[in-house]
Amino acid sequence: MPKKYLKWILFLVALFVLLLISIVISLSSGEVKISLAQLPEILSNKDSIEFTVLTKIRIPRLLLAISVGGALSLSGAILQGIYRNPLVEPYTLGISGGAALGVAIAIVFGFQAASYAVLPLFGFTGAIITLFIVYFLSIKKGGLSINSMLLIGVMVSFVASSAMMFLMSISTPDNLQSIVFWVMGSLDESNVLLIRIAFYSSIAGLFLAYFFAQTLNALRLGEMRAKHLGINTKVTIKLLFFVASLLTGIAVSVAGVIGFVGLVIPHLVRLIIGNDYRIIIGSSFLGGAIFLILSDTVARTIISPNELPIGVITGFVGGLVFIIVLSRSKSHFKLN
Amino acid sequence: MNQFFKIKDFSCGYPGKFTLEEINFEIKKGDFVGIIGPNGSGKTTLFKGISGELSALSGNSRLNGEFIQQMSLKQRAQNLAVVTQNIEVGSMTVEEYVLMGRIPYRKQFQFFETKKDIAIADKYMELTGVTALKDKFMNALSGGEQQLAGIARALTQEPELLLLDEPTSHLDITHQVQILNLIRRLSEQLGLTVLMIIHDLNLAGEYCDSLLMMQKGRIHKKGTPHEVLNYADIEAVYDTVVITRTNPVSGKPVVFLVSEKALKKV
Repeated sequence: MPKKYLKWILFLVALFVLLLISIVISLSSGEVKISLAQLPEILSNKDSIEFTVLTKIRIPRLLLAISVGGALSLSGAILQGIYRNPLVEPYTLGISGGAALGVAIAIVFGFQAASYAVLPLFGFTGAIITLFIVYFLSIKKGGLSINSMLLIGVMVSFVASSAMMFLMSISTPDNLQSIVFWVMGSLDESNVLLIRIAFYSSIAGLFLAYFFAQTLNALRLGEMRAKHLGINTKVTIKLLFFVASLLTGIAVSVAGVIGFVGLVIPHLVRLIIGNDYRIIIGSSFLGGAIFLILSDTVARTIISPNELPIGVITGFVGGLVFIIVLSRSKSHFKLN
Repeated sequence: MNQFFKIKDFSCGYPGKFTLEEINFEIKKGDFVGIIGPNGSGKTTLFKGISGELSALSGNSRLNGEFIQQMSLKQRAQNLAVVTQNIEVGSMTVEEYVLMGRIPYRKQFQFFETKKDIAIADKYMELTGVTALKDKFMNALSGGEQQLAGIARALTQEPELLLLDEPTSHLDITHQVQILNLIRRLSEQLGLTVLMIIHDLNLAGEYCDSLLMMQKGRIHKKGTPHEVLNYADIEAVYDTVVITRTNPVSGKPVVFLVSEKALKKV
């Protein structure tokens, strides 16, 4: 058994090293090139352009990438635990779409003028409502098959995006642009308060998730058997849904719809380290953060001086992984 | 006299569709009891009622004098362990799976297994003979091995009452006998009380101390194998012609089926 824990520790250390490397890459690349050796000098000289670029643009963006990537990936891992299915994640279940719809409503009706907290709040509400719909259709009605559950998610996404099309068609050009920003997903957020909210709540979500590590492990046996082991599955599944939608809602409301992070990262983590949630929770968060930092770095440098929506990159990578997962043998389709 | 397990005027099920009625029986500590009956007679529903999965519509069940329905889920899991028919657990090693039996004993924020947890899991893996398989993945095991791991996991819960749902279905006779001998031995060694659903009447008669025969949501007959397994009761419940004899070695009842063609000759 200590051998297993040693493996976990090594894996976490490796992830931390990767995180540091991707942080350095992200901070140094862009219009203004900054090398690692220059960092101490820049940080001591507060009047330089590089200092401003670092503290006002790159570091906030980095923090946002960490929070959004971590939150989406962790949310995916939790949802996969609840459904015992490796293909569910905020995006495929339509939760991201619901959150984006909530944000779009807030923009179109001008609620965001009231306070900056309005957008996260609406995003969160949108995510919760969608999750509730998916939850009701898939769990309350009694074990639907994996396929129909994913179909429900896709349909919910369609309905949400149709509603968004409608909102876009009746909105002003200004609002239209803001909505498009949410649909495509971007880490270009300048409001410090929102970044802080996202950062702290994703970390809070990580801590909350750890309280459920053993429950998620028991759920690997199925809901009925987890109950035989003394787990109050009804209550804990609801709480887990709440944590998952908190994480998704926050991520979507600051960065828009960024798909597939919650699919790709937990999948890779499971492949490498196994299915024990005590290690999956933390490493999914770290892995998601790394993935989004790197994706964002690519997104803002590849067609420089223009910027690519980050959702394009995660969607491209994620869609491919989704297809690979689906086409693999049946035994991998079911996740325990 | 304080009965070990007692179920009284018990009813549970799915109102409007199927419910159990007037279930009454008692089990002494260390007894090995089999539940038999045709498909749809309510065996599984009774199991769900005892394990608390279905709530009681009327009556109650008591273990060591305590009402099972009033126990917390955790308490219940420390007292009752269930081994289901299919154990579909994918990428999890046998050891990880067996250790799950310690979940009911875990403290609120306990993150790692204690030495005691591991020692208990080791002990029962040894007893059930799956120690050699402990690093193998559950989905790489044969049906019989999975069933053994399931029993090891249930024993790791250190329950008072072990509920087994058809532990021998889909197994060849080698594994059927291996598993039932093991359960019998464990029940004697550990003083464990076992309640088991079993389809095969001959296995039920050979291994169980007493039998409950169910029909249409009621207990048709209860008693020793010889009292329950007679041609009149079997024909009444299963609607099938049988002949019963006694096993010359064990002295237990044996049930023979008779084909339509042979019956015509008689």
